[in-house]
Amino acid sequence: MRLIDGTKIALRALRANRLRSGLTTLGIIIGVAAVIAMVAVGSGARAQVAEQIRSFGTNLLLILSGSTTSGGIRLGFGTVLTLTEDDAKAIAAEIQGVEAVAASVRGTAQVVYGDQNWSTLIQGTTPEWFVAREWPVVKGRPFTPQEVDGATKVAVLGQTVFQMLFGEADPLGSIIRIGKVPFTVIGVLDWKGPSTMGSDQDDIIVIPVSTAKQKVLGMSRAGPRSVGSIMVKMRSPDLLDEGERQITSLLRQRHRLHPDQENDFSVRNLAEVFAAQEEIARTLALLLGAIASVSLVVGGIGIMNIMLVSVAERTREIGLRVAVGARSHEILLQFLMEAVTLSLFGGLVGIGLGIGASKVLSGLAGWPTLIASRAILLAFFSSAAVGIFFGYYPARKASRLDPIEALHYE
Amino acid sequence: MDLIEVHDLVKVYLVGDVFVHALRGVSLSIQRGEFVAVMGPSGSGKSTFMHILGCLDRPTKGTYRLEEMDVGHLSRDDLATIRKKKLGFVFQTFNLLSRTSALENVELPLVYDGVPSRERRRKALEALRAIGLEDRAHHYPNQLSGGEQQRVAIARALINTPSVILADEPTGNLDSETGAEILGLFQQLNQERGITLVLVTHDPDVAAYADRVIHFRDGRVIQDVLRSTVHIK
Repeated sequence: MRLIDGTKIALRALRANRLRSGLTTLGIIIGVAAVIAMVAVGSGARAQVAEQIRSFGTNLLLILSGSTTSGGIRLGFGTVLTLTEDDAKAIAAEIQGVEAVAASVRGTAQVVYGDQNWSTLIQGTTPEWFVAREWPVVKGRPFTPQEVDGATKVAVLGQTVFQMLFGEADPLGSIIRIGKVPFTVIGVLDWKGPSTMGSDQDDIIVIPVSTAKQKVLGMSRAGPRSVGSIMVKMRSPDLLDEGERQITSLLRQRHRLHPDQENDFSVRNLAEVFAAQEEIARTLALLLGAIASVSLVVGGIGIMNIMLVSVAERTREIGLRVAVGARSHEILLQFLMEAVTLSLFGGLVGIGLGIGASKVLSGLAGWPTLIASRAILLAFFSSAAVGIFFGYYPARKASRLDPIEALHYE
Repeated sequence: MDLIEVHDLVKVYLVGDVFVHALRGVSLSIQRGEFVAVMGPSGSGKSTFMHILGCLDRPTKGTYRLEEMDVGHLSRDDLATIRKKKLGFVFQTFNLLSRTSALENVELPLVYDGVPSRERRRKALEALRAIGLEDRAHHYPNQLSGGEQQRVAIARALINTPSVILADEPTGNLDSETGAEILGLFQQLNQERGITLVLVTHDPDVAAYADRVIHFRDGRVIQDVLRSTVHIK
C-alpha cells in the first residue's frame, strides 16, 4: 500500500463520521490549548520575576544593622544601628572585587508641594547607590559626593512621587518640603516598576545620607555616623560568596566581636533570595503545565475509546481488506493514521486556541503571558505522540483480527 | 499440472475444551478452467475447506498446493500476498465498502498491491465494463440493487486476474431471478475467459450450473460428480 492511499483511506473514514471525529478532536483541542495557555502563564510569571530581579540590580549584597533575628540572644539591645558610614568606607577600601558601596538610612515622611502632599519612603544614601541599584536619573542629575559632605538639601524623586506631586509639570528646581524642611528637586529617577514582593519601588525620594540624618529622620542614639544598611555591588556573581565571607569577617573585626559573640549585623546575598523566588515561579509553571497535561491525556483516552468503537464497527471492513490482501501492518497503519490525524488536527487547532486564550488572559486578567515557540513545538509533538500512543492499541487490535471471523461478524 | 491439489487435509478446531474435526482427510485436485460447486449440509466441512482454499485459514495437517506452490503453511503475511496475487473472493453478503463508489470498491485489491491510482482506475473501469456496470461506476453501494452489488463484487474479484475465484453462497442474498443472472455471469466468465471457479452452495439448482459437484459430509468428500458421470468415492 502506498502512503498516499493510506492517508486517503484514513481521511475518508474520519469524514464518514464527522460529528464523532469532531467531538473526539475537541478533547485534544482543549488539552493542547490548556497546555499552551498554562505554559504561557507560567513562562510569563517566570519572565516577570526575572525582570523584577534584574530591575533591583544584580550582584548585590545587603548588610543590615542590628543582630540577626535567627536564634540566640540578640546583642546590642537598644543600639539598633550598629553599622556606620566608616564601615562602608572600609568595605570599599579593603574588600576585593567591590564595584560600589552605598550606606543608607531610610524612613517615611510627609512630602508637600503646593497644594499636593504625599507620604513616601525617604532613602538617605550616597551617589554610589544609583550605581548599585542600576537606577539611572532620567531628568536632571543625581546628587554629588560634595552635596553629601555638605548635607545639602537636594532631592531626587521616584516616578510615583513625581507624578503625585507634580503631575505633568517640570519639577526641576522646584522646592518641596520633606517634613518641615525645604528641599530643591534636582532629578527624577527612571521607572522601576513593582518589586519582587509587589511593593512600588518608584514611591521613593532619594536624598544625601547626611541631610537625611541631620534634617529629616533625626540622629540615631548610636552616633552621628551610624546607618541602617550598606548595599554592596560586586563586580561579578561568582564574587558574591567570597565577598559575603570577607565582609562578615571585616565587620566582626571592626565591631570588636569576640569569637563567641553573634554578628551584630546580617549580610544578605540577594542572589539567593532571588533564586528562591525564581524557584517558586518555576514550580508554579511546572504545576500549571502538569495540570494542563492531564487534560491532554484525557483527550488521548477519548481517541482510544472512539478508535476501539470504530474498530468494532468496521470489523467486516477489516475482514474484507485482509481477504483482498491487506497485510497486518497495513491495517495497523491505517488505524494508527486515523488516530494520529485526529490528534494532530486537534493539536493544530488547540495551538491556535491556546495562543488566543493566552492573549485573552493577559488582556482581561492582566496576567503576564509568554508564548515560547518551544512550547508550541512541544504541544505539536505531544499531540502526535498522544495519537500514536492511544491509537496503537486499537490499531493493533484491528490488525490481529481473524479474517474469517471478521467477515462473518454481524 | 493441477491448479489446486490438496492431499489429506485435516482441520481440527478447539471449541471451548472440545476438539471439533472439521476436515478428516480431504484429497482432491482442481484443473485450470474448471467450474466446481462444493455442496454439503452445514457442519460438513465445506466452509472450512473453502477457507483453506482461500488462504484465510491453514490446515492442521496435509498439503495444499496452488500452482505447484505449497501454500498450506505460509505465514499470515505471505498468505495475504497469495490472496492479493492469485485469489478472488465473492461473498454471500457482497461485502462492499459503504460510502465508497463502485469503482473504488473494485480498485481495492490493487490498493494493497501498490498499483498507482491512474492504472487502478483504468483496470477497474475495464473490469466494470466486462460485467456491464460501467455506467454505475460512481454509484455508492446503497444506490445499487443487490444483483448490481454482487456484480461489482465479482468485478473486484476479477481485478487482479486471479488463478481462481472462490464464491461463498454468492446467490444466497438474492432472489432467484437475480441469482440466475449472477450464475449466468459466472458461467459466461468460465466459458468465455476460462476463469476457474469454486462455488460453495447448499442449493442443488445453483450447483447445477457447475461442471463438477463435490459433496462434503462430516469432514470428508462423499461424492465427486464430473458433468454427467458419477464417481462414488
